Amino acid sequence: MNFISGYSRIHQGRLITPKETTVFAAADFHDFLEKAYDQLALAYPKFYKMDPLSRLGVLASEILLRETPVSNYLPDEVAVVLSNAEASLDTDLRYQATIATAPSPSLFVYTLANVSMGEICIRHGLKGENAFFVSPSFDPQWMSRYVDLIMMQDQVKACVAGWLNVLSDRYDVFLYLVEKQKRGLSEIHSAETLARLYQ
Amino acid sequence: MADLKVQIIEALNLKHLKPEDIGDDQPLFVEGLGLDSIDALELIVLLQQKHNTKIANAQDGPTIFKSVRTMAQYIQDHKSS
Amino acid sequence: MGAPVHVAGTGVISAIGNTTMECFAALKQHVSGIAPLTSLNSIHKGVLPVGEVKLSNEQLAENVGVDKTLNRTALLGIHAAKEAIAHAEFDIHRWRTGFISATTVGGMDKSEIFFPPFLVDPTQGKLRDVIYHGCGATTDLITAALGITGFTSTINTACSSSVNSIMLGARLIQHGILDVVVAGGTDALTVFTLNGFKSLMILDDNLCRPFDASRTGLNLGEGAGFVVLVSDKVLEEEYLESLAIVSGFANTNDAFHQTASSPDGRGSFAAMQQALTMADLLPSEIDYINLHGTGTQNNDLSEGTAIKRLFGDAYPALSSTKSMTGHTLGACGGIETVFSVLALQHQCVFPNLRFEQAIPEVGIIPQKKFESIAVRHAMSNSFGFGGNCSSIIFSQGR
Repeated sequence: MNFISGYSRIHQGRLITPKETTVFAAADFHDFLEKAYDQLALAYPKFYKMDPLSRLGVLASEILLRETPVSNYLPDEVAVVLSNAEASLDTDLRYQATIATAPSPSLFVYTLANVSMGEICIRHGLKGENAFFVSPSFDPQWMSRYVDLIMMQDQVKACVAGWLNVLSDRYDVFLYLVEKQKRGLSEIHSAETLARLYQ
Repeated sequence: MADLKVQIIEALNLKHLKPEDIGDDQPLFVEGLGLDSIDALELIVLLQQKHNTKIANAQDGPTIFKSVRTMAQYIQDHKSS
Repeated sequence: MGAPVHVAGTGVISAIGNTTMECFAALKQHVSGIAPLTSLNSIHKGVLPVGEVKLSNEQLAENVGVDKTLNRTALLGIHAAKEAIAHAEFDIHRWRTGFISATTVGGMDKSEIFFPPFLVDPTQGKLRDVIYHGCGATTDLITAALGITGFTSTINTACSSSVNSIMLGARLIQHGILDVVVAGGTDALTVFTLNGFKSLMILDDNLCRPFDASRTGLNLGEGAGFVVLVSDKVLEEEYLESLAIVSGFANTNDAFHQTASSPDGRGSFAAMQQALTMADLLPSEIDYINLHGTGTQNNDLSEGTAIKRLFGDAYPALSSTKSMTGHTLGACGGIETVFSVLALQHQCVFPNLRFEQAIPEVGIIPQKKFESIAVRHAMSNSFGFGGNCSSIIFSQGR
């Protein structure tokens, strides 16, 4: 059996963890991302170069892993399994618009959903297995089953998992940390728990 | 060179910097501004779009993009009319 | 490693052939399928070398009996997946059968046709050209054509996508969730990817030279590769031949850069090492590596460094078949899985075309000619943007 040690949620202008909810009075989505970045005092200028999907992933993983750090594990022992509905469509559209004049290399590199996972791995030094699934909505059944499956491997000790979706100014993020023993939130890792925490 | 700095900041989303933060001779890559290979490619696009200057070979990037001064020099020398 | 997973059928379509046997003949005869672009409406037409599948959409559709207006990614996928199922020679619908595909462009080829007239006049453009844009929609089109009604999924982790789909398929069988999985990947050439790779300045204007000191970039390609994976039980009850056993696999993150690999190939090293551990094999027991070997400065140096570190000077025969097919992105892991299975079936290794001089930093000399040698275990590497590194090992079937 595996356990959920902590989670982070980003939606409706809020950053949410089990311990804390921060509400931002932001003019728009872009402004919200930058206000959240300032609030967290990330000091990670690369953030500004990322696309919105990666920015959301970095913010959500930051608040998740500040409350429940994974520094006690080796880099290879932490897996990342994410999912969303729109893949990288948000950036695909902006890159597509540059093809006619000068295709933008810095936009093209973000035209893959799993690059956001790469950015999370770079930020936190995670080097375990990665998977990114695309489904119409957050699927607690599939996600819990798949994460349990990869946690059966001895070398996987923890997994950052969840839902990371954005298209234009509509965004919805729910990341959580799964471990083999109880810590922090100590909820049983199951489809029911995930559905409840995601609500 | 002041204009070029504004363009670089805009093209590379260096929101944490102001033009005056970039020294004329400050190294742009690694130890200087910490730019990476994708930034170099974006600078190539910038030279093409805003200065009508072409760089055919990505390998030339490091010498041309050493600093704002070397970039400005390259633009001056290679502007195709 | 849990219960054994067997490869019972293969299907492939690429620039060097429309079936497994055609591709095998081309591999044997050192035929490259890379030539100047002919199909896309792009400024690179007639100039940039790419590995195009030689069949038109109409021909593909006719071969497999589906609607010719489907997107090319789906048509290629149906072509290869149908071949794999026919090759396996049993009724997959009798079992709990799943389909896992991988693609990075999905129906983008059709979206590129839809939008120009639509943007001029919103009453123009055929809607059916854009509704299958998403990667998952392409999988649905293939699943429908195959008549598979069970578990279906799509993976997009860039160029490692289809190895990851085969890994997932093997796992679902190992854990007893499914009995049969058709897994692999498909990608068509598009203006979107052509310009994107061009903007990254990693396309070679000439024919690519993987693992050569003079390499300057990759050639894009298109195609599809699928395998039919089955459990021990299915193998026995259906009296199937085990073409190969999936004996080990691993996926890691390089955690270095959005698109570039770390100079020391940390992620690829870990993927190969963990796959060996799962297969319970020593590096010296691998007889052939089908390299990721894109032909870019960065990939080949990074992959070569990792191989040198893991295998030392006694590295096995290795080659990048991308020197013949081009880099088929989300399909390459599927295509190269089929090639690795062919190496085991026919006890041979494939050439790495246009190699002349080793990369000085690593000094690895790839296989230059098609050659018959004993191959007990073959490894296939696929690394993708986002730091996604996968390595899979196939062993001789029983």
